Amino acid sequence: MPSADEVKNRIEAAIPGAEAEVQTADEVHFSARVRAGAFDGLSRVQQHRLVMDVFDGELGGAIHALELKTEVS
Amino acid sequence: MSDTQIRDLIAEAINENDVILFMKGTPEQPACGFSMRTVAMLQSLDVPFAAVDILPDPRIRQELSALSNWPTIPQLFHSGELVGGCDIVTEMYESGELATTLGVQAPADAPAEAPTGDPAQAAPMSIENRLS
Repeated sequence: MPSADEVKNRIEAAIPGAEAEVQTADEVHFSARVRAGAFDGLSRVQQHRLVMDVFDGELGGAIHALELKTEVS
Repeated sequence: MSDTQIRDLIAEAINENDVILFMKGTPEQPACGFSMRTVAMLQSLDVPFAAVDILPDPRIRQELSALSNWPTIPQLFHSGELVGGCDIVTEMYESGELATTLGVQAPADAPAEAPTGDPAQAAPMSIENRLS
């Protein structure tokens, strides 16, 4: 099971310039707030896709839920 | 029914319904907290919407996600476009953008904070985990 730090590090490694705050109570349901310059000019759907793509195939599996809030930094 | 036929039916449903929600369970009996919250937001805006339960056949979710390039459920569509999942819909509800996007005026009694639905109707998490 991934820790909050692992999820944070993976998001920050995959999206250049991203800063993520990740919380989890059970290491299955996660909540993340992600700020990134890469979000500039993208719709919310596209911003969320960038983050969800980091966990391709794991959402619904090891990561049951990833609550997401994205902001342009 | 083949996977392609299922995908065609999903695409047709998205095109034929101005507002359509793909969810776990039904609006009357949501089977997941995120689906329940999304239904509650649409209902508090008095938006008529079509709903598709993705649980009866795993291929519905598989084909929907392939079509929308969006891995999670629920998924809300308007005018053939993906509006988002529960988090985006919540953000848009609270900023007033959801009503604008869906072309409705929020009723005067609509709560400013996104409604969560009736917790008594929520399926226990353990069941939700097994279904996904």
